[in-house]
Amino acid sequence: MKELERAGLPTVHVCTIVPISQTVGANRIVPSVAIPHPLGDPTKPLEEEKAIRRRLLLKALEALQADIEEQTIFGN
Amino acid sequence: MAYRVVHYINQFFAGIGGEERADYPPELREGVVGPGQALQAALGEEAVVVATLVCGDDYFAEHTEEAVDKIIGLLESYRPDALVAGPAFNAGRYGMACGALCDAVSKKLGIPVVTAMYPENPAVEIYRKDLYIVETSDSARGMRDAIPKMARLILKRLKGEPLGRPEEEGYIERGIRVNIFRDRIGAERAVDMLIKKLKGEDFATEYPMPSFDRVPPAPAIKNIREAKIALVTSGGIVPKGNPDRIEASSATKYGEYSIAGLENLTPETHETVHGGYDPTYANDDPDRVLPLDVARELEKEGAFGSLHDKYYATVGNGTPVAYAKKFGEEIAKKLKEADVDGVILTST
Repeated sequence: MKELERAGLPTVHVCTIVPISQTVGANRIVPSVAIPHPLGDPTKPLEEEKAIRRRLLLKALEALQADIEEQTIFGN
Repeated sequence: MAYRVVHYINQFFAGIGGEERADYPPELREGVVGPGQALQAALGEEAVVVATLVCGDDYFAEHTEEAVDKIIGLLESYRPDALVAGPAFNAGRYGMACGALCDAVSKKLGIPVVTAMYPENPAVEIYRKDLYIVETSDSARGMRDAIPKMARLILKRLKGEPLGRPEEEGYIERGIRVNIFRDRIGAERAVDMLIKKLKGEDFATEYPMPSFDRVPPAPAIKNIREAKIALVTSGGIVPKGNPDRIEASSATKYGEYSIAGLENLTPETHETVHGGYDPTYANDDPDRVLPLDVARELEKEGAFGSLHDKYYATVGNGTPVAYAKKFGEEIAKKLKEADVDGVILTST
């Protein structure tokens, strides 16, 4: 993650354990659903899962377009 | 009888010269040289610095194996009971020499060794788990503080006395956990800490988090509608059968896989090889970790320009930072060459 950003590629970290992401130094963070299924929820029907996925990906795209100076969490 | 200690220093501290004499080959001199005087004073009557090894920093760096072999050969005739190296402060090559030599002497001669460095000396990261490295300041101004700590530590080790915690003894933490008895349970201690924290008082954590380096944020994507986005994951999503045999933990590699023409990841095409989480949900629908299906939909709708036709995956489970860094550098290079504008990295 850091190497990607170091190379000048804006990178958004979609992950569940935000404190780890912060500790390792991600700059753009989107909190996700759960550790074993960050971009889905097996308790929900597929259409709802895809809606969750869509929301998280749109948030990730927003994060990539954000001019930031420091670590930023793009929550709900 | 006093313990016999040999001291290792570089050409600079031996008074031979600076960088221009850094190619000075290993040499053994009787008695103390340079900082050895202070070392002898700190050791007192319990140990004698019988000889001093001198080697140029460049010589050691460029002929490490040869230098180590030669020095061990020179050492043996002196039958040392211990080796003290440095302090090297923040001198990189000197630190590497002290580390490599202490490591080799400890393993080959089986005698106690101690060295000393500034925590950011690159040798610390490499040797701190194997060696006692006394923490020093970044320059020779810290000599007066460092020498007595080194002397105390080597005497304790020579006498076989138990060593205290890193901060008590002044050495850099080695990552060793020791069971101890406390008279109060963890919950009580944690609440005490929390109260102190709320009051703004000083408190000492019992489990310090490691510190990591930081990278300034890369510039934002200006025109998302023309941007090429790549997917990367540490969640171990690979084509079914794991063609690159990426390890379930402590991964030593990453994979580059084509998603050209793919609309969706299915249990028939992809799976996770990550050994650090329950794979059931990711195996049932790998899009839950690497969101290809919705990324394709968004691509069609024009939410961003295009999806890069390859994705990169590794297993982020006990992966050494050095490997992760290397993967990241290589992936970054490939993505840049493919004119990728931004990355979505998913982690489990």
